[in-house]
Amino acid sequence: MTIETHGLTRDQLLDIEYYLRLTRSLEERVVALFRQAKVIGGLYRSLGQEGESVAAAYALDYKQGDVVQPLIRNVGSILVAGAKPADILRQYMAKGNSPTRGRELNIHFGNPQTDGFIGQISMLGDMIPVMAGITLAGRMQKKKLVGLAFIGDGGSSTGAFWEGMNFASVQRLPLVVVIEDNGYAYSTPTWKQSAVRTLADKAYAFGCAGETVDGNDVLAVYDATKRAVERAREGGGVTLLEVKTFRMKGHAEHDNQAYVPKELIEEWKVKDPVARFERLLLENGFATQDDITAIEQRVKREIDAATDEAEASPMPTPSDAALGLFAGDGYWDA
Amino acid sequence: MPETTYIDAITQAMSEEMARDERVFLIGEDVGVYGGAFKTSYGLIDKYGAERVIDTPISEIAIIGAASGAAIMGMRPIAEMQFIDFITCGYDILVNFASVSRYLFGRACPIVVRGPAGGGTHGGPYHSLNPEAMFMNRPGLKIVAPATAYDAKGLLKAAIRDDDPVLYIEHKYLYRRIKDEVPDEDYIVPLGKAAIRRKGKDLTIITWGAMLYVALDAAAELEKEGVSAEVIDLRSIIPFDEEAILESVAKTNRVIILHEAPLTGGAGAEFAARIADKAFDYLDAPIKRVAALDVPTPYSPPLEAFVLPNKDKVLAAARELLVY
Repeated sequence: MTIETHGLTRDQLLDIEYYLRLTRSLEERVVALFRQAKVIGGLYRSLGQEGESVAAAYALDYKQGDVVQPLIRNVGSILVAGAKPADILRQYMAKGNSPTRGRELNIHFGNPQTDGFIGQISMLGDMIPVMAGITLAGRMQKKKLVGLAFIGDGGSSTGAFWEGMNFASVQRLPLVVVIEDNGYAYSTPTWKQSAVRTLADKAYAFGCAGETVDGNDVLAVYDATKRAVERAREGGGVTLLEVKTFRMKGHAEHDNQAYVPKELIEEWKVKDPVARFERLLLENGFATQDDITAIEQRVKREIDAATDEAEASPMPTPSDAALGLFAGDGYWDA
Repeated sequence: MPETTYIDAITQAMSEEMARDERVFLIGEDVGVYGGAFKTSYGLIDKYGAERVIDTPISEIAIIGAASGAAIMGMRPIAEMQFIDFITCGYDILVNFASVSRYLFGRACPIVVRGPAGGGTHGGPYHSLNPEAMFMNRPGLKIVAPATAYDAKGLLKAAIRDDDPVLYIEHKYLYRRIKDEVPDEDYIVPLGKAAIRRKGKDLTIITWGAMLYVALDAAAELEKEGVSAEVIDLRSIIPFDEEAILESVAKTNRVIILHEAPLTGGAGAEFAARIADKAFDYLDAPIKRVAALDVPTPYSPPLEAFVLPNKDKVLAAARELLVY
């Protein structure tokens, strides 16, 4: 062993490799289903961002009640937290037995009390105050839980982000906020979004810890997140952790990202976080090609089974749309 | 029974609920050490500590958002807007996160958002809001607006114990002007139930909040003219007591809906439509609405008085109905 693994065992490294592969393959499956018109709503890829999504979420301790809050390009993080691929596919396919019973789409789901994750709402920034509240409740309930929230270069322009970060910092809440600079918010480049030198500099405004890390370096993201999580758990307050990465696809499946210079895509293609992590595993003797092939095969088996399960799931009963707004009609108890 | 002011009833409700249930906490601007801009939370920090009476930055999104996050973790937060006008700053997170939490995700989000509302106090355009209609078209939020001290306490306790988010609109004009009997023992006023404040047979006035007293003054005046007006205090806007409304209209055949918010798109439009839909055959005259002019609430007393509803405007509407 020649490299620093920040306390990760070989089994854990292979576990991370599994989640990286699961994330990428699951999204590829969603694309295939989208092309067959089985996925009805929008499809947002995390290609190129799987590394930071998985590595950051891997630094949490879900047994202690930790909660991760993904954005749309962090499906990897909720897989680490325990979300089932079949549930994610049911969400995309608008099935009646999806976690939201067909009411919301994609990875907008999850209950922080039971699932270890909570999906975002579409209004960017809103989840930062919500995560502040989740960690505040944890502290009031004498739990030692830590919250991990993702925000983007675009989302960090919202008032909700600023209010939430400021409140969480004043309260010294156990919250780690991963701020992804993936180059673009829809078509808007980061330099049109913020005038700061680098997004982690926003930490100065809150008086919280700030750090920037290579988002395509799985071990570096894990290490930085782990340190932030430990600091948070010990009462050290909020960390704003910037990960530098790149969105390799358009905003959504319809967007051919013609506004992104081709050279930029070429440049980031060679930095692919999954290929890079696999090279690291192979070159340092943590895994053989056979190990990687075995993981690939396991992932394919699981996604095939999840797809079958999701496809066989029923669509919702139309009249159920009238139920479950308030407690009392028993809709969610069943 | 002891006489209690409307504002003390609110303080008592919060204090008793915090004593009863350790999940209940208060979060807002200046609610702790200072005891609230109107002293609504005076003394609570001494009883329950800074952990449960949380002073925040000036951040309505963070207040409502953090309350919502805590609520889905099983807490029972009360989020105070220093003036209810500032709920507009947190509108998004309230209607897009808290209000839909159960319907979209099956997650209970039992928060209470409360704060001083209403005009008549020369607060000007940013300290006089009546926000109910802004939220009626966003399903998932219950809305209550007490008019008496008894209801202020009972409705707030019911709101805190409710498993869904509740917007509790307290009228600051009533804070220290209204005093009535509030029992020492624990009670609640159930959400969704109207109160008939005055029995009558010739016409019905449906109202809530501070306008109750305008309606009662008008009814007293009408009585001198031999007209018997029934006054319904709706108390809850969402859900609202449709049965009480329809029963009264079926009896009196004439109806005025009185509210302090502007006329167009106001809550009264919804109640009028329900009456037209479900009690049309009982009506002997058009449904009348008395509401504020469709302008922001101006500051200067003569302007404000011109804009807001008053007894004379209600009487004018009543006379029109009676001769129809």
